[in-house]
Amino acid sequence: MKTFLKTAVAAAAIALAGTFSASAEQVKVGFSPEAYPPFYSQDSSGKWGGWEVDIAMAICAEAKLDCVLTPIPWDGLIPGLKTKKIDAIMNSMSITAERQKEIDFSDKYYNTPTSIVGAKDQKFDASPEGLKGKVLGVQVSTVHAAYAKKHFASTAAEIKEYQTQDEANQDLAAGRIDATQADQIALDAFLKSDQGKGCCDMKGTVAPDLEVLGPGVGAGVRKGDTELKDKISAAIKGIRANGKYGEITKKYFDFDVYGDEVQSN
Amino acid sequence: MAMTRTIARTSEWLQPHRIVLIIVAAAIVLACAFLMRWDWLPAYLPLALQGIWRTIWLLVVTAALGITLAIPIGFAQAAGPAFLAVPARVFCTVIRGTPLLLQLWLLYYGLGSLFPQFPWIRESFLWPYLRQAWPYGVLALTLSYAGYEGEVMRGAFAGVPKGQLEAARAFGMRRWTAFRRIWLPQALRRALPTLAGETVLQLKATPLVATITMVDIYSVASRVRQETFVTYEPLLLLALVYMAITGVIVFAFRKIEARIPARLG
Amino acid sequence: MRTLTDIFLSASAAGLAELLAFDPPGWGGNLLRGLLASVGIACGSFGLGLLIGICGAYGKLYGSPMARDLFGLYTTIVRAVPELVLILLLYFAGTDLVNRLLTLLGYAPVDINGLIAGICVLGVVQGAYSTEVLRGAILAIPQGQIEAARAYGMSPILQLRRITLPAMAPYAIPGLANLWLIATKDTALLAVVGFNELTQTTRLAAGATKAYFTFFFAAGVLYLALTLVSNIIISRFERYSRRGMPSVMETR
Repeated sequence: MKTFLKTAVAAAAIALAGTFSASAEQVKVGFSPEAYPPFYSQDSSGKWGGWEVDIAMAICAEAKLDCVLTPIPWDGLIPGLKTKKIDAIMNSMSITAERQKEIDFSDKYYNTPTSIVGAKDQKFDASPEGLKGKVLGVQVSTVHAAYAKKHFASTAAEIKEYQTQDEANQDLAAGRIDATQADQIALDAFLKSDQGKGCCDMKGTVAPDLEVLGPGVGAGVRKGDTELKDKISAAIKGIRANGKYGEITKKYFDFDVYGDEVQSN
Repeated sequence: MAMTRTIARTSEWLQPHRIVLIIVAAAIVLACAFLMRWDWLPAYLPLALQGIWRTIWLLVVTAALGITLAIPIGFAQAAGPAFLAVPARVFCTVIRGTPLLLQLWLLYYGLGSLFPQFPWIRESFLWPYLRQAWPYGVLALTLSYAGYEGEVMRGAFAGVPKGQLEAARAFGMRRWTAFRRIWLPQALRRALPTLAGETVLQLKATPLVATITMVDIYSVASRVRQETFVTYEPLLLLALVYMAITGVIVFAFRKIEARIPARLG
Repeated sequence: MRTLTDIFLSASAAGLAELLAFDPPGWGGNLLRGLLASVGIACGSFGLGLLIGICGAYGKLYGSPMARDLFGLYTTIVRAVPELVLILLLYFAGTDLVNRLLTLLGYAPVDINGLIAGICVLGVVQGAYSTEVLRGAILAIPQGQIEAARAYGMSPILQLRRITLPAMAPYAIPGLANLWLIATKDTALLAVVGFNELTQTTRLAAGATKAYFTFFFAAGVLYLALTLVSNIIISRFERYSRRGMPSVMETR
């Protein structure tokens, strides 16, 4: 029995190794397969596109990396990175102190304000007092969830956590929650959609909290993988300088989403 | 006398290889306790207890409601007229033929997105409930249990020997009395061993409600994973919790079975 | 006041055909690709589960006391823990472990893709259930048949191939058929780890078009069709495996 088990394990391992020999040069860029327009969205042929896909590809081209987009659900991204399922995360993941304990980040490649959208028929603003007694929806394990728990937990009636922002939007339109907090650009896209137009409007931008919201969105890499980190940071600088970044951004937005210029850390 | 018997039974149970197994298991448990991270546990304990309570509540409520539905569904299939038997049969086939996750999402996101189109639903007294997640979770799990158990009850009703029913009629029992006193108790007794297994399956289905924002023990574990970035430990503990609940279910059903006289006609 | 049928009609009349068309911009092609992926995973995990099940049933019946206890532990644990939890545990921890093992053995770490991981995870779950089904089926074979085979001097492998497997098939098929249906439905759970099977593609299509009801309903129809087609094929198998046996009444 024992020898049988041993041979079986060895055979399985060899079979796996044979079929999926790792090629060293490929960089697997993890993203969560969910609609997050205008950054990520899937068309009906099954292809992923959007601003962040274009930017990620431009960064890879600039850094001469052979990148493949690898879908992993949002809450599995950091574990996946640590267990080498993926090599980098480019999925609108904000650089925060909490996450930096687990993974490293490249320099930011965009930064936009955080806003709250709510039902049209209710008047309130994006402050703890405004959200008094309201049900607020956020996406799990995002800076928005952390922010909402820190600032709104004491006044809001309930903070509901969704697996995807899209589902939070859906429930807002369905009247199940009163407001949702997310990235302003993503919420703008929602408000421009047929569904968002009818139900909801922008309630305002939340008060800044650098500690929770972080300095922007960067590419996540494994701790200690400085080579990849530096390559990506350099490539971000590169596409900012050579106009590629602006060119892609122009296709999606009428303003620069990069935010304030900051020195690389 | 009694003591020698216990000793004999213990030694039968405690064979040499079992001692080895127990030592290995103890070593694994100790290794888990000391080598893994458990520092998050105290902070999340109240939430975890609440989650366990929610899971058990969900299990008990949906199983009770489900079996109440399953009895008429099973009876309709086993002995009902065609206009009742056919819909019951279709119901069971549809429920058993599609994944519960899909049924849950169809109810919550699908049906939920239709509701706001009817102003009278939003104004009705039911709306405060319909906005929350738990009615959909309870409904989906109840229907699922009813679908599977309807099939079990069909077999159980059909398996009650004809002679029993004929005897009841010979005693001059009315149909309802015969159903209540003879048919139903015997069918339930026959179904009981299967029901124990099915209830464990129902327990294993409860974590799906976490995908529609309900806070059960599974979603507490995901929250720990997301907030602390501890990947495996919450899942291991979660597995342990489910195993404990399974043990309780099996034990409870055994107690019930033992209380009912086993002789079948 | 609008009625339900109004909603359905407004959603269906023009929109439905467009939404579910096979070519982009319709999402029908995507759904079918998802269905294909689901069937693929179900086949793979069912097959793997069957292999584990045969080993497990033999181990539990004829193995050493240690093997018996280990297989007992395996079936007990897997059947008590929700599939969703097992999938998360095996999906993340499993690939991690395989890679560490390979590094220990001196191989380079491999990239186990989602399909293989999904099949392995569901296969392990299926294995526990099919162990029990097959064990019951082997026990149902009249003891004399196996003794006769042994008396003829058949090797254990030959015995398994010629006597045990064919003789236990009629007893095992109802249970295995149930397991196959569970396998097809359990693939939906892989949506939670982001695997692109039918439920996940449906969720994406629904999210992109906001036609949640339509798409979840359509996926339900596809799953149901899969179940019904399976049922037809299974009943054929069952009839074939029962050939030569006296016809038995159904349980009713």
